[in-house]
Amino acid sequence: MSTVLENKKRQRKLPGKLLGGRRLTKYVLGQYAWSIIRGVIIIGICFLILYPTLVKILVSFMNEKDLYDVSIRYIPKNPTLENYKTVIKAMKFGEGFWNTFKLSLSTSIMQLIACTIIGYGFARFKFKGRGFLFALVIVTLIVPPQTIMIPLFLHFLNFDIFGIFELISGKPLNLLNSMAPFILMSMTGMGLKNGLYIYILRQFFRGMPKELEEAAYVDGAGLFKTFYRIMLPSAIPAMVTVFLFSFVWQWTDSFYSSLFLQSTRVLATSLSGVSYQVSQHFYNMTGVTTVLSPALSSMYTNTASLLVVLPLLIVYLFAQRYFVESIERTGIVG
Amino acid sequence: MSSKRNRFRLGLEGKRAMMGYLFVLPFIIGLLTFFLVPLIQSVIFSFNALEVVEGGYSLRPVGTQYYKHALFEYISVENESQSFINLILLAIGNMASQVLLVTIFSFFAASLLNQKFRGRSVARAMFFLPVILMSGVILLVDSGDLLQSSMGLTQVDTSEGAGQAVELARVLLSTRLNSSFVDFIVSAVNRIYEIVSASGVQILVFLAGLQSISPSLFEASNIEGATAWENFWKITFPMVSPLILVNTVYTIIDTMTNSTSPVMQIIRNEAFSNGKYGLSAAMSWIYFIAVLVVVGIIGAIINKLVFYQE
Repeated sequence: MSTVLENKKRQRKLPGKLLGGRRLTKYVLGQYAWSIIRGVIIIGICFLILYPTLVKILVSFMNEKDLYDVSIRYIPKNPTLENYKTVIKAMKFGEGFWNTFKLSLSTSIMQLIACTIIGYGFARFKFKGRGFLFALVIVTLIVPPQTIMIPLFLHFLNFDIFGIFELISGKPLNLLNSMAPFILMSMTGMGLKNGLYIYILRQFFRGMPKELEEAAYVDGAGLFKTFYRIMLPSAIPAMVTVFLFSFVWQWTDSFYSSLFLQSTRVLATSLSGVSYQVSQHFYNMTGVTTVLSPALSSMYTNTASLLVVLPLLIVYLFAQRYFVESIERTGIVG
Repeated sequence: MSSKRNRFRLGLEGKRAMMGYLFVLPFIIGLLTFFLVPLIQSVIFSFNALEVVEGGYSLRPVGTQYYKHALFEYISVENESQSFINLILLAIGNMASQVLLVTIFSFFAASLLNQKFRGRSVARAMFFLPVILMSGVILLVDSGDLLQSSMGLTQVDTSEGAGQAVELARVLLSTRLNSSFVDFIVSAVNRIYEIVSASGVQILVFLAGLQSISPSLFEASNIEGATAWENFWKITFPMVSPLILVNTVYTIIDTMTNSTSPVMQIIRNEAFSNGKYGLSAAMSWIYFIAVLVVVGIIGAIINKLVFYQE
């Protein structure tokens, strides 16, 4: 008898949605309404994100006449692959692609290794000056790279370690127009936005249970073995995220590549001057100087930027599963 | 016996500390050679006339001449003959509205993506697409692009995009809202693509923060009979507020040191097109200090408002 009474009391205290009847329908309706609104908002934002790229894709198939035809807004009347052919030839896309690929892959692997090791060091060891050093990681993010570009440029123009190279060959090394500056900076966690990667990985390692490592130590694993057998496999989602970021940002970086690689062809630098290259290409073919109209040169630029982005989209397609998953598990949290 | 044990423990801790240094050693080396030394050199360059000679460079001290020139005399021809100081102020003004909008949008988007619904992983993959589509040189090329702006994507003063915003402005003004507030809303609508595409990393950070809130907090408050509104303001918002600081600082730096920023382009051109290394170094220091002051002030204000668990 008493239990029934208690049950009744408890029922009265429960929030309205369980009491059935009108409140329930109101609650369910509210849920439906919200999920419709949410759907509209999300589809809207997705459209907003995709729209410019879709327009670019459509325009890239237009021929010159379509471009000036007022009746054509999106769908080309005379679809053609001519733009792609022209741009690929003018940009020397194959060569640029190969150079960019080598550069991005090697730097992002280097950055991943370096940042993982550094991030682990910051996350799991106590040593003097740790806080100060980590503050400096943030400082490297804040200082605009333009502040140190001239010294860096001169540094790599006359590269030397304590005068060793000057002793051997009589003059310091010129490392410009090679991949060496990128590799050296990546190995030491000083590449593009590496502070951010160190931060992400440190947060991830900090969020992992200490018991995991302690168990490994008890089982007799040494420090390095624990690191690469226990910690690294669990950190894969965060590492994929960092790899994706560093690969993509290196691929599209024109700052460091135009600073260090003035005569090597990479996609990012040739993209910014693509309309000039196209008119050069026409000149070489016909011997007549052609001036591209603004609309036409913009069409070539758009086509070229699609070509530059396409490989990245393919990488993203494969990596996004890990990428999205890693969000669920990282604590990129303060 | 006990002293021996103590020494052993100290040794172990010392060893751990040594391993710690070993792990961060690459960073220390990089910090010294590719960051601190260049940073100091760049200060020196800003006070000297620099000439590149065979096997090195030569310096001739000129005092604070470059700083004076950059601050009081410099006029940028490419940017409607604005002075350098004006351009910095413009950049800060731009940044302020950008930071506010990006932070609000990314928080909103992260809350949306944190809910459970069908196709969530597709939506997430979409929302982070701008990290790829709008990075580095692509952004640089797009921002000066003609076709894009004529399609009403990037710039305000073209056919359709502007049409909608004008309509919106009229409606808002007729409600007798403050006109500067209306301007802000209208500019937000006009720049929505820019804002969405600048929010990728920030959404990621907020989303990770939202995921890390323990569900037991919500359970407890639901049992106490809290509404969703109360849950948001009493649990969600305080728990992610440290990330508002992180994201604000990140967005400030991202907008101000973006290579599309006119100030950045001037600094670059002065060095590599005009060969004025000293002037460029002085300008970059002035700008860096401006950024630092802005980050410091905004960071301090937000830091006061943030809720920390400890």
